[in-house]
Amino acid sequence: MADPQVLPSPMVVVHKMAELWASGDLQKHLIDTAIRVAWAFSLAMILGGVLGYLMGRNLQLNAWLDPWLIVFLNLPALVLIVLCYLWIGLNEIAAILAVTLNKLPMVMTLIREGAKSASRELRDLAYVFKLSTFARIRHIILPELLPHIVAAARAGLSVIWKIVLVVEFLGRGTGIGRQIHTQFSIFNVTGVLAYALSFVAFILLIEFLIMQPLERYAARWRHNA
Amino acid sequence: MLDVNVQGKTFGKQQILGPCQLTLQAGQRVCLLGPSGIGKSTLLRIIAGLDKSYDGQVNRPDTIAFMFQGPNLLEWRNCYQNLMIFHPKSTQADAHNALELVGLGDKGQHFPRQLSLGQQRRLALARTFLSHADLVLLDEPFTSLDPALKADMLELTRNLLDQSGATLVHVTHDETEAEILNAEAIRMHGKPATLQSP
Repeated sequence: MADPQVLPSPMVVVHKMAELWASGDLQKHLIDTAIRVAWAFSLAMILGGVLGYLMGRNLQLNAWLDPWLIVFLNLPALVLIVLCYLWIGLNEIAAILAVTLNKLPMVMTLIREGAKSASRELRDLAYVFKLSTFARIRHIILPELLPHIVAAARAGLSVIWKIVLVVEFLGRGTGIGRQIHTQFSIFNVTGVLAYALSFVAFILLIEFLIMQPLERYAARWRHNA
Repeated sequence: MLDVNVQGKTFGKQQILGPCQLTLQAGQRVCLLGPSGIGKSTLLRIIAGLDKSYDGQVNRPDTIAFMFQGPNLLEWRNCYQNLMIFHPKSTQADAHNALELVGLGDKGQHFPRQLSLGQQRRLALARTFLSHADLVLLDEPFTSLDPALKADMLELTRNLLDQSGATLVHVTHDETEAEILNAEAIRMHGKPATLQSP
């Protein structure tokens, strides 16, 4: 049998989780992490969506931004995180910006491909029938991009969950990443596992309550054939 | 109604269209005939205002309807919405009447993927004629259909044209379509292409 200090039993970990929950620590840090995830996710989806769409529709803009996109796609997450903390300081803005910048290139790439493959005929029909800009965005552009938006959201969210913990680990005073850092520094494997598994449970909750219903709603017309 | 005076159209260094003049009165129907690749669709796109990089001038009416070779429907919207989105002033009753005219009266709540190819074409036809546009432009919408469906669609189109009184410019390489639609055949020929009345 393994040393309980290296690999504690599931019951010990569950007990620790219950203990952290009862003290309120778990909820507090989960909420702090979730807020950072929500900010970074929203910023990356909005900025990446707009920039990716414009790159997909405008050859010149694409030619200008594409090299930068490749640089940011291949830049190690750690480098961006450290640079954000060094340039902006150890604060929330730097933390959220670091996560956002790590996710942004992936969103831009996926949305750009969606914009490139959009139907020219539908755009032409919208022009001939004089659809308003709002109607074009609502009824043509967004629905055409939706599979790509969902793919970007899913892939991006999985990246953000991972990076936000590193960001907290390196430079924040709260959050699950910070708590894992604290437990690591005192070699408390039970504590590390308790926080990590709570975080995984939280991710699964988001997956089943938000992501999967959203995907089903977005694809409902596909299943009506 | 429609006054087309195109002096030329080039793609890169290649001149596709030469001088093309076409004047149509309200209710007049013409078919642009010619082999594939001669520039019929290019001229139609210029008439529709979709292509602006040409030499010349086109005076067109305010309300135009366009139909492509494919149905080009909004697959994520139902049949009613497919009509009403492109015709915002139409009510659901108008959309229902339009669907009735093309034999889809009971399909209003269906999504395009729930329709057969023939029904999708009918829906596209309903969209083309719903708002009673002054000018209807058809870009080979009956190509690649089987003979029975093609005959059915042509008859339906002729009936809708008779009811609406719209002016028609129809691009095709099949001369019989001009006869069925009671349209004057105008051939495109040469390189760069020009228009020649029969």
